[in-house]
Amino acid sequence: MITPAMVLSAILFVVGTFGVLVRRNAIIMFLCIELQLNAVNLAFVALSRIWGIEGQVFVFFVMTVAAAEAAVGLAIIISIFRHYETVNVDNFNLLKW
Amino acid sequence: MHATLSMLLTQGGGHEAAGGGTFEPFFPGLVVLLPLVGFAVNGVLALRHAKASAAAVRAGGELELDGPSGRPATHTLPSFVGPGVILLAFLLTLVNFTRMLGAGLEEPAVVHYWTWMATSTFSVAAAVQLDPLSLVMMMVVTGVGFLIHVFSVGYMKDDPGYPRYFAYLNLFVFFMLVLVMGSSYGLMFVGWEGVGLCSYLLIGYWFSDKEKADAGKKAFIVNRIGDFGFLVAMFLLFVTFRTLDFVPVFRDAPETLAYGGGLVTAITLFFFLGATGKSAQIPLYIWLPDAMAGPTPVSALIHAATMVTAGVYMVARSSLLFALSPVGSATVATVGVLTALLAATIALRQNDIKKVLAYSTVSQLGYMFVGVGVGAYAAGIFHLMTHAFFKALLFLGSGAVIHSMHHALHHTHSHADAQDMRNMGGLKQFMPITWVVMWIATLAIAGVWPFAGFFSKDEIIWQIAAFGGAEHAPYPGLYTFIWVLALITAMLTAFYMTRLMVMTFHGTNRTGAHEARHLHEAPPVMWVPLAVLAVLSVFGGWVNVPAAIQESFLGGMGALPMSEWLHHFFEPVTATAHEIQLANLGEVAHHAPFGGGEVAWAVVSTVLALAIVLASTRIVGGWTVKPAAEDAEPVGFAKVLYHKWYVDELYDAVIVQPLLKVSRFSWKVVDAGIVDGSVNAVGYLARGLGWFGSLFQTGTVNTYAFILSLGVLVILGAVIF
Repeated sequence: MITPAMVLSAILFVVGTFGVLVRRNAIIMFLCIELQLNAVNLAFVALSRIWGIEGQVFVFFVMTVAAAEAAVGLAIIISIFRHYETVNVDNFNLLKW
Repeated sequence: MHATLSMLLTQGGGHEAAGGGTFEPFFPGLVVLLPLVGFAVNGVLALRHAKASAAAVRAGGELELDGPSGRPATHTLPSFVGPGVILLAFLLTLVNFTRMLGAGLEEPAVVHYWTWMATSTFSVAAAVQLDPLSLVMMMVVTGVGFLIHVFSVGYMKDDPGYPRYFAYLNLFVFFMLVLVMGSSYGLMFVGWEGVGLCSYLLIGYWFSDKEKADAGKKAFIVNRIGDFGFLVAMFLLFVTFRTLDFVPVFRDAPETLAYGGGLVTAITLFFFLGATGKSAQIPLYIWLPDAMAGPTPVSALIHAATMVTAGVYMVARSSLLFALSPVGSATVATVGVLTALLAATIALRQNDIKKVLAYSTVSQLGYMFVGVGVGAYAAGIFHLMTHAFFKALLFLGSGAVIHSMHHALHHTHSHADAQDMRNMGGLKQFMPITWVVMWIATLAIAGVWPFAGFFSKDEIIWQIAAFGGAEHAPYPGLYTFIWVLALITAMLTAFYMTRLMVMTFHGTNRTGAHEARHLHEAPPVMWVPLAVLAVLSVFGGWVNVPAAIQESFLGGMGALPMSEWLHHFFEPVTATAHEIQLANLGEVAHHAPFGGGEVAWAVVSTVLALAIVLASTRIVGGWTVKPAAEDAEPVGFAKVLYHKWYVDELYDAVIVQPLLKVSRFSWKVVDAGIVDGSVNAVGYLARGLGWFGSLFQTGTVNTYAFILSLGVLVILGAVIF
């Protein structure tokens, strides 16, 4: 039962990672990050069958942090959209040398 | 400070003497202090004048010395303060001198004021030492110094820097007194450096003229080379004796240092290197002729009468060490006579009146070194004293001539050289007093009986012969050689001095008719010191008439009052050195290398000198001298002498240019290339690395995410595998 869950978790994580790396739309990248987090959550839950309740407890923490992050991240994206009228991250490259 | 002052004003304790009464030093600290006070007062006046002058220039004008309200106090007070403090110092010295005459002094009287430097192993006391040697030097410094100060009042009165001039001059006398009165080599070195500083300041007194400022620098730099020798000698003395005070050093030296040993030879040679710098001997004499850029009274005081004789004083003071080192003494004598001859040959063809006197000074200093180099320390100091009289007189006389020439040329706005003898001629009708006193000095320096120079120079020449003929004399052939060269130099001296006199005062006047009307005799404030020095140049030699000469017809069959007085006066200082000499070399000879005794050779030398003076008045009088502007360059050997044997050029090629090249190499290649280069390379490296690192900072979120992921993969890979 654990192995399929772990495989699913790995697939979800890789999908999320590729999404972050290849997509340019900030909202999509954001969703992909959530996907990665939830892939990890899945792994936590699955593994808690072997190692005990701590994995499940940890999932709550991850979800809380993800909610907070979503609030801040979405606020930033909205504010960027108001400024540039786009959410394509290729346009946001001022933070460099 | 108060305690210090009150200590300076105390008399100092009495010193027991073996024979006769007790010598009581009379305010010796005040003798040193007075010129320093003069320096302070004149220095303040100089600063005030500088401020007033600067304010006038800022206001768009120039400070007029002779304004409607008369001369400012800054230009009248120094006339009294400058010579006044020296006169007081001279009177105090005179009291000390007469007291010492009354007392037979065996041990030097050391008056201790305070401890200047003290560490556990090394201590230098601020103390003065009074003994015959230092007292004679003090008499010369303050006595001749006072006369030159008075002369300066007339000579410099229209110079804008008048107070500054007297401040420097007073400071010089202060340091010179520290030099001759200090009771240790440490204090002597303080004075030694101090007079060098004053010499630099006064040579470059007219510092807005670059040539003159350069001459000051040259003197300072050349002197530094000599000072290095003095320092090393002091270090050697200190590691040997653990003290620099004269009394313990000279007490222990005969036991501690082996006769002719390597250590004492090294000490004496290093001391002599110091002396060659200060006293202008080969190879460091080149600064003295250039030092003539200073005001003429300065040339008289510093570069003829006192400072340049410091080396002779130092050798005489260290007589014991030099007596212990035959190599050191022979070096002193040889270098001395070679310098005397070289400088005399150069003086033959110089046209600048002060340059002739400068080379003459170098030459006479050479004589003094020969004297102290053959163990005749009293004779060396004797010549130092008489030379101070007649050379100061010659320089001041030339100063009077230059002063008059300068006024005459100034009136007609002529740009001819006021110091070039080719522009003078026939000045005796305009300046009869100067003419007479200059002739007296010329006869004195030429060694004509009975002038001062005859007795002192003749004694040195005789002592060379006597020393070279001693039973166990080292290198006897060398001393015969020195003796012959000294005689030749004496004849050259007679010639070039007569040439100077004839070109300046005799023949037709070459200044030009307009200028001649403005030529005038020096004012009394200038010619009175000349007259005093002239009297000293005549009678100054009579204090040390050798017994043999005194009893012969040259001494008026015993009519001259004192016999070898100076010689006996110096005995407490030189006795030990003479004992060492007697023990190791045996009795000195009583006949010259080619036969003949003291009197015979004295007659020969004075007759020769007089004959050369008379002959050269005829010879030089027969020359047709053209004014400097029309005169052609000399040719042949005369050209070599005119260009001073090209020694300056030689030094330039051998020392200055290679030094410049090495410096330039160190600057361009070592410093700018290697040192700066490596530092800059580190900077460039950091910048390059930064540039490379900045390539990763694209600002694109995806790149960062990609690199982040890559990093995670690498770390994971590392952890797992």
